[in-house]
Amino acid sequence: MTSIGTGYDLSNSVFSPDGRVFQVEYAGKAVENGSTSIGIRCKDGIVLAVEKITVSKLLKLGANKRIQTVDKHVGVVYSGMNPDGRHIVTRSREEARHWRDQFREQMPIPTLAANVASYVQLYTVYNSVRPFGVNTIIGGVDDEGSHLYMIDPSGKSWGYRGAASGRGRQTVNNELEKLDFDKLTAAEAVKEAARILYVAHEDNKDKDFELEISWVTEANGRVHEFVPESLLAEAKIYAEEQLDADVEG
Amino acid sequence: MSIVSQSPYVDMKALKKGEVNLGTSIMAIKFKDGVILGADSRTSMGAMVANRVTDKLTKVHDNIWCCRSGSAADTQAVSEYVRLYLDQYKINYGREPTPKTAAALFRKLCYENKNVLTAGIICAGFDEKTGGEIYSIPIGGSVHKQDYAIAGSGSSYIYGLCNTHYKQEMSQDEAVEFVKMSLTQAIRWDGSSGGCIRMVILTKNGVERLLFTPQEYQLN
Repeated sequence: MTSIGTGYDLSNSVFSPDGRVFQVEYAGKAVENGSTSIGIRCKDGIVLAVEKITVSKLLKLGANKRIQTVDKHVGVVYSGMNPDGRHIVTRSREEARHWRDQFREQMPIPTLAANVASYVQLYTVYNSVRPFGVNTIIGGVDDEGSHLYMIDPSGKSWGYRGAASGRGRQTVNNELEKLDFDKLTAAEAVKEAARILYVAHEDNKDKDFELEISWVTEANGRVHEFVPESLLAEAKIYAEEQLDADVEG
Repeated sequence: MSIVSQSPYVDMKALKKGEVNLGTSIMAIKFKDGVILGADSRTSMGAMVANRVTDKLTKVHDNIWCCRSGSAADTQAVSEYVRLYLDQYKINYGREPTPKTAAALFRKLCYENKNVLTAGIICAGFDEKTGGEIYSIPIGGSVHKQDYAIAGSGSSYIYGLCNTHYKQEMSQDEAVEFVKMSLTQAIRWDGSSGGCIRMVILTKNGVERLLFTPQEYQLN
């Protein structure tokens, strides 16, 4: 960072002369260094995955969950500042609960994503607050089918077939583009998500990491839950095999 | 609240002196192609008939309607709120609200304001996905999904009649005949029901209204 900002980066509520809001862009920087997370939207559901770097050997394996459930049919994963992410999850849950209370039905996921994005956007226009330092990936299945959205610190919300965020996003995007989302089943997507996270981790080999994968599928009754232990183990073996094959090839 | 508040009777004591009351016979039934709502057309103020051609069948959305009983003022206000919310739902979220959602809104208004309202409502609608649906929301603000629902002061005379004669998957002609026959008996025995019989038929083809004058439906 050279002389960028030059005084125009001190407040959310001030544009720079060339039309940028630097605080929002800096929040994007916080995300770029965050842990790699993935969302995949396939024909029968969605898969969420995250690479959790083990920062200390004292951390208990499996104890620090990063993927969270918003409503029965919706899951969320985020890259960036974890406490900010948890706040967004809390807000998302309030949105979903309010919808249920009012209309006695599950909240449509496009509406949920739009409302959460509006909330994130509010934190870019007041100088008494800072933007959220997270990219939020929201995925789920409702009556209209499977949905995947990614919300960035500016409050922009786009729908994706495959979404990636965090440190390894570039590698992940390259790998995601090779997938055929029309044919991919959720079970296959779980394996691919594991493989892709292993590939992305290659740039960061010296650090240990844990894999966390969840899904919502038609077959499991549109419920957001962590994938079964057996499938997770299978996915890890598949990922390692593919990685070895790549190295040899 | 006592058990009495769950009954289909309109709680006359809850009405203010001289308040316009829908002493009523209303019903809604599911049939093969959708739902039919039916009602008498009498509005009374105590012993006086304030309106003999009232329309108690009220539209809250294109294919979602309700039958109103209890205080005319209260039920008009509640159904106008629901109409507003359903319109906003369609505009804000770009999709059609379901009859279930309409019933949820009626419930919310009737339950949360149960201390000040006298409203017994039957909410019925047709939805492409679920077909016809009927929700009864009696005075306490509970919701009951039913194949057919009857309410209002006149309904107490036709519980057995409807129970005996209602069949699932009736044709439209059979269903119209069933509603007409049931309401005829309710009007015959209930002093505060009378006038015409109105019906609204909701199917995938849209809305159809029917009107039967006393000359057309009365047996004697």
